[in-house]
Amino acid sequence: MNALLQCAIYLGVLLLLVKPLGAYMADVYEGRHRFLAPLENLVYRAAGVRAEEEMDWKRYLWGVLWFNLIGFAAVYALQRLQHLLPLNPQNFGAVSADSSFNTAVSFISNTNWQGYGGESTMSYLTQMLGLSVQNFFSAATGMAVLIALTRGFARKQTNGIGNVWADLTRTTLYILLPLSLLLAGALVTQGGVQTFAPYKTVDLVQQPLEFEQEGKQLSTREQTLPLGPAASQIAIKQLGSNGGGFFNVNSAHPYENPTPLSNFLEMLSILLIPGALCYTFGRMVGDTRQGWALLAAMTVVFVGFLAVCVLSEQAGNPLLGIEQNMEGKEVRFGITDSAIWAAATTAASNGSVNAMHDSFTPLGGLAPLALIQLGEIIFGGVGSGLYGMLVFAIVAVFIAGLMVGRTPEYLGKKIESFEMKMASLAVLFPFAVVLIGTGIAVLVEPGKAGIANPGAHGFAEILYGFSSAGNNNGSAFAGLSANTPFYNTALGIAMWISRYWLIVPVLAIAGSLARKKLVPASPGTLPTHTPLFIAFLVGTILILGALTFVPALALGPIVEHLQLWSR
Amino acid sequence: MATHIRTLSASIVQRAALESFVKLDPRVQWRNPVMFVVWVGSALVTLIWLAGSGKESSSFVLAVALWLWFTILFANFAESVAEGRGKAQAAALRGTRRDVMAKKLSDPAKKQSWRNVPGSALRKGDFVYVPAGEVVPGDGEVVEGAATVDESAITGESAPVVRESGGDRSAVTGGTRVLSDWLVVRVTANPGETFLDRMIALVEGARRSRTPNEIALSILLAKFTLIFLFACATLLPFSVYAAKAAGQGTAVSITVLVALLVCLIPTTIGGLLSAIGIAGMDRMIKANIIATSGRAVEAAGDVDVLLLDKTGTITLGNRQAAAFAPSSGVTSEALADAAQLASLADETPEGRSIVVFAKQRYGLRERDIKSLGAQFVPFSANTRMSGVDIGERRVRKGAADALRTWIEAQGGRFPAEVTSLVEAMARRGSTPLVVAEGPRALGVIELKDIVKGGIKERFAELRRMGIKTVMITGDNRLTATAIAAEAGVDDFLAEATPEAKLRLIREHQAQGRLIAMCGDGTNDAPALAQADVAVAMNSGTQAAKEAGNMVDLDSNPTKLIEVVEIGKQLLITRGSLTTFSIANDVAKYFAIIPAAFATTYPQLNALNVMHLATPSSAILSAVIFNALIIIALVPLALKGVRYRPVGAEALLRRNLLVYGLGGIVVPFIGIKLIDVLITYV
Repeated sequence: MNALLQCAIYLGVLLLLVKPLGAYMADVYEGRHRFLAPLENLVYRAAGVRAEEEMDWKRYLWGVLWFNLIGFAAVYALQRLQHLLPLNPQNFGAVSADSSFNTAVSFISNTNWQGYGGESTMSYLTQMLGLSVQNFFSAATGMAVLIALTRGFARKQTNGIGNVWADLTRTTLYILLPLSLLLAGALVTQGGVQTFAPYKTVDLVQQPLEFEQEGKQLSTREQTLPLGPAASQIAIKQLGSNGGGFFNVNSAHPYENPTPLSNFLEMLSILLIPGALCYTFGRMVGDTRQGWALLAAMTVVFVGFLAVCVLSEQAGNPLLGIEQNMEGKEVRFGITDSAIWAAATTAASNGSVNAMHDSFTPLGGLAPLALIQLGEIIFGGVGSGLYGMLVFAIVAVFIAGLMVGRTPEYLGKKIESFEMKMASLAVLFPFAVVLIGTGIAVLVEPGKAGIANPGAHGFAEILYGFSSAGNNNGSAFAGLSANTPFYNTALGIAMWISRYWLIVPVLAIAGSLARKKLVPASPGTLPTHTPLFIAFLVGTILILGALTFVPALALGPIVEHLQLWSR
Repeated sequence: MATHIRTLSASIVQRAALESFVKLDPRVQWRNPVMFVVWVGSALVTLIWLAGSGKESSSFVLAVALWLWFTILFANFAESVAEGRGKAQAAALRGTRRDVMAKKLSDPAKKQSWRNVPGSALRKGDFVYVPAGEVVPGDGEVVEGAATVDESAITGESAPVVRESGGDRSAVTGGTRVLSDWLVVRVTANPGETFLDRMIALVEGARRSRTPNEIALSILLAKFTLIFLFACATLLPFSVYAAKAAGQGTAVSITVLVALLVCLIPTTIGGLLSAIGIAGMDRMIKANIIATSGRAVEAAGDVDVLLLDKTGTITLGNRQAAAFAPSSGVTSEALADAAQLASLADETPEGRSIVVFAKQRYGLRERDIKSLGAQFVPFSANTRMSGVDIGERRVRKGAADALRTWIEAQGGRFPAEVTSLVEAMARRGSTPLVVAEGPRALGVIELKDIVKGGIKERFAELRRMGIKTVMITGDNRLTATAIAAEAGVDDFLAEATPEAKLRLIREHQAQGRLIAMCGDGTNDAPALAQADVAVAMNSGTQAAKEAGNMVDLDSNPTKLIEVVEIGKQLLITRGSLTTFSIANDVAKYFAIIPAAFATTYPQLNALNVMHLATPSSAILSAVIFNALIIIALVPLALKGVRYRPVGAEALLRRNLLVYGLGGIVVPFIGIKLIDVLITYV
C-alpha cells in the first residue's frame, strides 16, 4: 500500500509537470522566449555562426558530429593531462589511455558509463570542465536532434530542419542551465556538497575499525571524506539523463543524495525532461494529442516494469528466508524508492543509481535490464528517448497502416522505403551491438575475467554491461569489473556506435520527412492518438524487444529466477 | 477476359509443384532475403547430416533438414500458383493474337488501292483498310468509316460495339473483328507493343517489378531477419558460456540454432509476399481491369479523392422529361401535345424522352411528322431552339432566354409566371425547356437527371473509407448543386472544362491528396495523365487509354470504387500476414528455448507451457508448423483479406484481433497438435 502510494505520488507529480515544462520548451525552440538574447547572441558571435540560417539534414548532422568530436578531444585531453593542470588538490595522475577513451566517449554520448571511480581518479578540473560540461552538451545534442526530427514532421516541402547551433545554445541556456540551478540549489539545502576544498580526514565515530588487507590485520581511527563541487554536477547528471556520478557509488552516496526529499527530487529530474519533451513534440507538430499518446505508451511500459521490480524486491529471497530484499539498498530510501529509481534510471537512459542493481533479485534486476534493452525509449534519454520512440512509432505505423489498407502515414507524412530503411538501421544497431558485444565478451578471456559471480548471474553482469553501453544508459550491474583495457575499449565502441549511428538515420529521416507533403487526415487515415494505437505501439515495442533478447535473458535472469525459486 | 481461370485448377497446381523445385536455385532465392536465409540454413543442416557430425541423432537432423527444404518449396509453390493463373490467362490471350494479313493503304484517301502485307509488318503511322469479316491487324485509330466490331476476344463482352472516326469511340484494338461495314485505321502501335501484348506481358508478370510499398515492407522484413540472425548467432557463445558456468550439458547445436532462426524470421510473410502482389494484379484482371503497373494498383488503395463524371457514373446516361408545367390558361394536355409535336423529329435522347413521357403520361400517340405535313426546324447554335412548322402553326422548344427573344420578336410577351417556373426548376437541378406556339408561351418541360439507384449508399461507404467524392459536370452551379445533394457526393465541379479539371486535380495533389478519376475522351487525356490513378474506358479514345494507368475493359466508370477496394485489399493482406508472422514467434520461443537449453538448464522446462514431449519433438514441431502455415495461408494470400468499408480505427481493431491475437494463439495449438502427432507416430 505504502509502495503503491509512493509510486502514485511520483508519477502524479511527474505528469503534472509535463505540460508546463513541455509548453515552455516548445516556446524556446520556436523562438518565442528570447529573454537571454544578449547572452545568446554573444555565444553566436564568439563562435562565428549565423543562427537564423536554416540547415538541411546533412549540414545539421555535420554540426552535431563536429561539436561532439571536439567535446571528445577536450575530455580525453583533460584526463590525460590533469596532473599538469590546476584544481587537482589530491594530485591525481593522468588517467590511462583506455579509461580516458572510454570516459570521453561515455560522456559525449550521454551514456555516462563510469569505468573509473570519480573521487579516486578525476581532478576537480576534469570533473567540472570535462565531465560537467559534457553533461550539458551531450544532453543538448540529444534534444537538438529530437527537435530537428520534430521539425521534419511539422514542416512540409522544405529542406531546412533548423539550425544546429541555435538549437544547442538555446537548449543549454534556456532549459538545462536554469533547471540545473534550481535543482542544485535545492540539493545544497538538503546537505549535498558543493566546495573546492580538498578531501577531509576525520575521526571515526566507532573506533578503532579493524580490517584485513593482504592477509594482515590492520586497524584505523580515521577516514577520508571525499568532497568537491558535487551538487552542481549532480543536478545536470539527473536532468540531462547523464547519470555519471561525482562519487563512485553515485546517488547512493550521502553527499550526492542525502535525504528522502533530495532522493525524490533527483528521481523526478530523471524523467522530467524526457516526459515533458513529449508535450513539446505534440505542440510543435500542431497536435498535442500525439504527444500525450507517446507519453501514454511510455508510461504504460514503465509502470509494468516498475511493478515487476517493486514486487520482486518485496518478495525477497527464498534461500535466505527473508521477505524483502534489502541487499545493496540504502536504508534511508528503502525498497520502493530504490525500485522506482532503478526503473526510472533505466527507462530513461540516465544510469545513475541509488542502489546496486547487481544485488536485486533476478526478476527485480531483469526489469531494469529489459527497460534498457528496449532501446532506451521508455522516456529514454533527453531527446534521444523520444526520437528513439518515434523510430519505433514509424515501424508500428508502417505495419498498422498496411493493415488499414493505405500507404502508411504518420502525422501526415507518408512512410516509404527510405524512412523504413533508416528506421530499420536505427533499431538494428543497438540490438546488434548488445548481442555481438556480449557474445564476444563471454568467449574471450579478458571478457570472462571481469565477472564477479559465477553462473547465470555472471552472464547477466556482462549482458547488462553491454546493454547499458549499447543503449547509452550508463548504469552497471556493479559486479562486473569493467575498468580493464578490454571492457574500456569494447564498451567505448558500443557507446559510440549506438549513439552516433542512431543520430545519422534519425536526422536522415528528419530531412526526408521535411521534404514531403503533408497529407490531410481523413476517416481512412490511421489515427495515432487513440488507445488502440497506443496499445499497438506498446505491443510492437515489447514484442520486438522481447523477440530479440528473450534467448539471452533466458540464460541470465530468467534461469536464475527459476533456479532460485525451484530449490 | 475471354476465359476466367479457376483459382486452383489441377493443371496449375501440378505445374506449380514442378516449378517449386526449379525455383530452389539460389540465384532465384537471392532476390528474397528472408527465404535466402532459409536456403542457407537448409543447406547447412543438410551438410551436417551428410557429414554425420551433428550432436543429435541423424534422423532428427535429417527431419529438420527436410522440413526446412519444405519451407522453401511451399513458399515457391505459393508464388508459382499465383503466377500460374496469370500464365494460363496469358495463354488464352495469346490464342487471340494471330498474325493476320492486313490491307495496307499507301494513301488513306484511296481505300481501294491496298496491298496485302502480314500484320506483323505494320508500323506506327501506317494506314490499313479493314472490311467486314476481317480482324483488325493492330491497335489503331479509326480515321474514316463506322462499323460494328466484336471485341469479345479482349473484353469478354459478346455484344458488338460501334467504332467510328472522330469523337470518343475511334479506338480499335488489334485482334478484334469488324462485323459490318468497313474502317480505315491508322496504326498507333508497333508489333509487340500493342495493347494485347502489354496485357499478356502484365498477366504473365514478365515485367513485374516490385512496388514501392512492397520494397519498404521487404526492408522491414530484412531488418527482422537480421535481428534474429544476431539473436540466434550470439546464442552459440552464450550457450557455450552457460554450459561451462552451469557445469553441465552441452552448447546448443548448429541444427537447433538454424531451426530456431528459421522459425523466428518472418518466413510466412516472406514466402507469401510475391504471391500476394501477383494475386493483387490478378484480381484486377478478374475485374476486367488492366493495370499498366503494380504501382498503380497499390496507389489505388491510397486514393483520397475520386473524381467522377456526372453523366454515366452518377446519373443514368441522359436527362429525361419528368414533368410538364403549363402556364395559366393552358391545359397540361395542350402543353404535352405541343411538346410532343416539337420533339417528334428531335433525335436527341432528351427529345425522345419528351415523346415517350407524353405518351406514357398523357396517352398521346406518336404521330408521323410526314403525314402531318410538318416541317422540322432543327436545333442550331444560333437560335438555340428546335421545333416544327405545320402550316401556320409554329411550335418551338428551347432554353428560356432563347424563347423569350423569339416570342418578343413576334410582339408577344414572356409571362412572369413562366419565368418563375423556369427558375424553380433550375433550382431543383432540372433543365427547363420552354415550349411556345407563335408568340404565346405554353409552359415548361422539366428535364431531369436520374441518379442511379444505390449510388448514394456507395458514396456513403466511400466516405467511411475516408474517400472524398467529387462530381464533375458541365452543368451550371445551380443544377450541379441539386444533383450533388441528391447523389450525396461531397463536392462538385460545375461548368467543368478540361482545364478546370486539370486545375482541380493539381490543387488536391498540392494538398498531398491522391486523386483517382476515369475518363474516355481525348479531352480527358491531360487530366488522366495528371491523376494518380487514372482509369481509361476501353471504349474511349487511344489518347485517353495512353494517358491512363489502367484500362477498364467493361467501360464502367463506377468500377473506380472496385479498383480502390482491390488496392486496399492488397495492402491489408500484406500488413495482416506480417503481423501474423511476427506474432507467431511468441509460441515458437516457448517451444524452442526450453528445448534448446534442456541439457544445460533443465529448470527452463518451466517455460515449456505446451508440455511438448521431448526437446527434439518440440523443435521439430515448431519447424513443421512454420512450414505448414505457409501452405495453409496460400488461399488467403491469393484471395486477399476481406476488406470492409469501415473507418481505419475499426479496421485496425478487427485485423489486430484476427491476425495479431490469432497469430499469438494459433501456433500454440498448432505446435502442440503436431507434437502429439509426431510423438504418437
